[in-house]
Amino acid sequence: MSEQNINVTLKVWRQRNSQSKGGFETYPLNDVSTDMSFLEMFDVLNEKLIQEGKDPVAFDHDCREGICGMCSMFINGRPHGPKQAVTTCQLHMRSFKNGETIVVEPWRAKPFKVIKDLVVDRSAFDRIIAAGGFISVNTGNAQDANAIPIAKENADESFAAAACIGCGACVAACKNASAMLFVSAKVSQLALLPQGQPERKQRVMDMVAQMDNEGFGACTNTGACSAECPKEISLTNIARMNRDFLAAEITNK
Amino acid sequence: MSSSKIASKIPEGNLEQKWSKYRSTVPLVNPANKRSLEIIVVGSGLAGASAASTLAELGYKVKVFCFQDSARRAHSIAAQGGINAAKNYQNDGDSVYRLFYDTIKGGDYRAREANVYRLAEVSTNIIDQSVASGVPFAREYGGLLSNRSFGGTQVQRTFYAAGQTGQQLLLGAYSGLQRQIGMGAVQMFARHEMLDVVNIDGVCRGIIARDLVTGKLERHFGHAVLLCTGGYGNVFFLSTNAMGSNVTAAWKAHKKGAMFANPCFTQIHPTCIPVSGDHQSKLTLMSESLRNDGRIWVPKRKEDAEAIRAGKLNPNQLKEEERDYYLERRYPAFGNLVPRDVASRAAKERCDAGFGVNKTGEAVYLDFAFNMKYKYGKTEATKKGISNPTEAQLNALGHEVIKEKYGNLFDMYQQITGVNPYENPMMIYPAVHYTMGGLWVDYNLMTTVPGLYALGEANFSDHGANRLGASALMQGLADGYFVIPYTIGAYLNNEIRTKAISTDHEAFVEAEKNVQDRIDRFFAIKGTKSVDYFHKKLGKIMWDKCGMARNEAGLIEAIEDIKALRNEFWNDVRVPGAANELNPELEKAGRVADFLELGELMCLDALKRNESCGGHFREEYQTEEGEALRDDENFKYVAAWEMLELGNWELNKEDLIYDNIKIAQRSYK
Repeated sequence: MSEQNINVTLKVWRQRNSQSKGGFETYPLNDVSTDMSFLEMFDVLNEKLIQEGKDPVAFDHDCREGICGMCSMFINGRPHGPKQAVTTCQLHMRSFKNGETIVVEPWRAKPFKVIKDLVVDRSAFDRIIAAGGFISVNTGNAQDANAIPIAKENADESFAAAACIGCGACVAACKNASAMLFVSAKVSQLALLPQGQPERKQRVMDMVAQMDNEGFGACTNTGACSAECPKEISLTNIARMNRDFLAAEITNK
Repeated sequence: MSSSKIASKIPEGNLEQKWSKYRSTVPLVNPANKRSLEIIVVGSGLAGASAASTLAELGYKVKVFCFQDSARRAHSIAAQGGINAAKNYQNDGDSVYRLFYDTIKGGDYRAREANVYRLAEVSTNIIDQSVASGVPFAREYGGLLSNRSFGGTQVQRTFYAAGQTGQQLLLGAYSGLQRQIGMGAVQMFARHEMLDVVNIDGVCRGIIARDLVTGKLERHFGHAVLLCTGGYGNVFFLSTNAMGSNVTAAWKAHKKGAMFANPCFTQIHPTCIPVSGDHQSKLTLMSESLRNDGRIWVPKRKEDAEAIRAGKLNPNQLKEEERDYYLERRYPAFGNLVPRDVASRAAKERCDAGFGVNKTGEAVYLDFAFNMKYKYGKTEATKKGISNPTEAQLNALGHEVIKEKYGNLFDMYQQITGVNPYENPMMIYPAVHYTMGGLWVDYNLMTTVPGLYALGEANFSDHGANRLGASALMQGLADGYFVIPYTIGAYLNNEIRTKAISTDHEAFVEAEKNVQDRIDRFFAIKGTKSVDYFHKKLGKIMWDKCGMARNEAGLIEAIEDIKALRNEFWNDVRVPGAANELNPELEKAGRVADFLELGELMCLDALKRNESCGGHFREEYQTEEGEALRDDENFKYVAAWEMLELGNWELNKEDLIYDNIKIAQRSYK
């Protein structure tokens, strides 16, 4: 793929802190190499803003390899931008056209409060995991790793669910700001493994209760979450969680 | 003779019995006392998360700090290929001793025998623990765990979860940590950065941290402090580390008395995506596991390399006999699976000689076509009963197998480069990946400051001068799950009478004031250049003069260059915004200021080590064939540096004693 330079216009959400009111600022940016990643383009913008004595744009990012889940930009109305199955950090400028206007916003969801500019608070996800997204096995209690064979297809399906990076794109994509895809991915990962069985019912009830407490919306099966998920977490996880939840509610209460 | 200032505290007895004897005799802390002992864990990667959850399970009061927005983001998450363990599930001759031996040899005989043997011993427990906590490792059709090969070994002992092993292991450790947080046994401080350690009467008693959202400085007391803060590869600006990975916590500890060991031992990973331009912010690794099936080559003829660089020749058109599979040629016994330092230098050698294959001349091919067709394609054809398959059929069949094994890596490659690696060979070049050096620790993982520990990549202890692939995850979890929970008892059993010290103590007040003064100083400079400007300049000095190859003249120059750059930084950096808000530029300024000091020590260490070993290659010391030439007579030691003041370090040597391994020139031929 040959490298080119393009000119773009950025409309970026700027918000000083969680209390202040935000708004869009427009920044033209010229000679952007199509080999740049989207975040490298923001590095260039920030360098320019610093030179002009302005405040650079705050945005979350860390690994820049698509795996840590920290980057979180809502680009032209889509979490992580126009490409399928990539995070913002893996999006490259070759996905944009010369002269294009690119609108960049933070994740929009009530439980994800804006901290500054494009940075939001996703600690609700941590609290949901703390409520039950684990197997209670203290260090030292484990038996030999090969003592329980696990059918390859279950292990693979569990892994596919476990590939969730916890970025929150599913919530940002959902019109109800539902966290069902995130929660169901963890529920499924553990429900598909023999090690996850003893706590299976309690886990799903506790995690769903915490999800509701955090103020995430309900699921109406539109599937935007899965369509926008950078790791392509499947909607069937939500179905599995619903089954498990129903079964747990019926048999436990 | 080792320096009298450092005592490695290696237990007496046979190598095989040291750890089990130690565990059975180390003093314990009774459960009631544990509840009043407070431990601070800085960093939430594999080492930090596993240590914090395990210590909380034991009953200690634990506080965890990380600069990211969640513990789950720590950079362990990006590890791709796998984790080693001496399970010998493949029945291919593996054992604890062999893993120990491979690790010592891979480290070019610069690691401590007792630590490495313990690491190999507990490696098997890690796999058990991870599986029990729900880590979905790759499995065979029979339901049992799958293994693959990694560099520097001749057995299959690497456990993996596609190319996302670090992610799965970290999420396993993270879920254990969240469980303890949910139970109130661990208090979590995300978006907090540790900016100093607090010592009272020569003993570590806590930290100063900055709340990155409000900018408020906080004082935290602990009976012990564990630094699990990773490596310092970002001193090179471009590396495979995360953007936020930094040396700050370790460096603050160093400035407060913790010795820094072997700082010049840096791992340059052979298979990374080459630099694409000046805008580059980081480099992306292509897992070492790819060398199981990818063959590394450059054209045999320089004219062909030139034609490829000019875009006039497609590499697929070159016939087998026109390609130089230089690793297979130079190292027939290990071939493409030589250790990382060897593979990196060999790539540099070919590129320096003019055989590089991208526009900058700094890339070689990693080619899957042969194994796709003839290894996997043929096997699949046989399984499916296709006799006389066509080349296209073989390709298609092999494609599926390669996709299952490395799909996510191939996708990532295509995403970044815009080139389809199923059809064209990947282009790769070495990049900074890991730092074997780190804070000096004794057998208990304690630094030279009592009560201050370093775990995982932050310490120096297990990988010598070169780390083998799939051993970083192993060490992080070994330290956190299975080593520190025992060794910390040796210290804390003497602390049960120490009441929590008030953070109004003058040592805390003074440390906080120093941190505040430094922040004020950043804003007061009001210079003209961004933090990144200085970071990039530092990175270039380090890469050119303290990178894959080093020499005396270059290192002397580098030290002067760094001093000058540091001076320029403190006079001309511009930090926008304010201290009392989320301010990423301020965070970066603090980290780069520390890198500007560390860089000098790395060069000094490289300069004083007049030999080549592992990742440290001094051009003056090489064999006729261009291999690293060690000097065991004069340099068989750990270089532990004590900072007297900035720019003035004292070298303390810890002699390395090999009772169980006969040291020899490392050969992979």
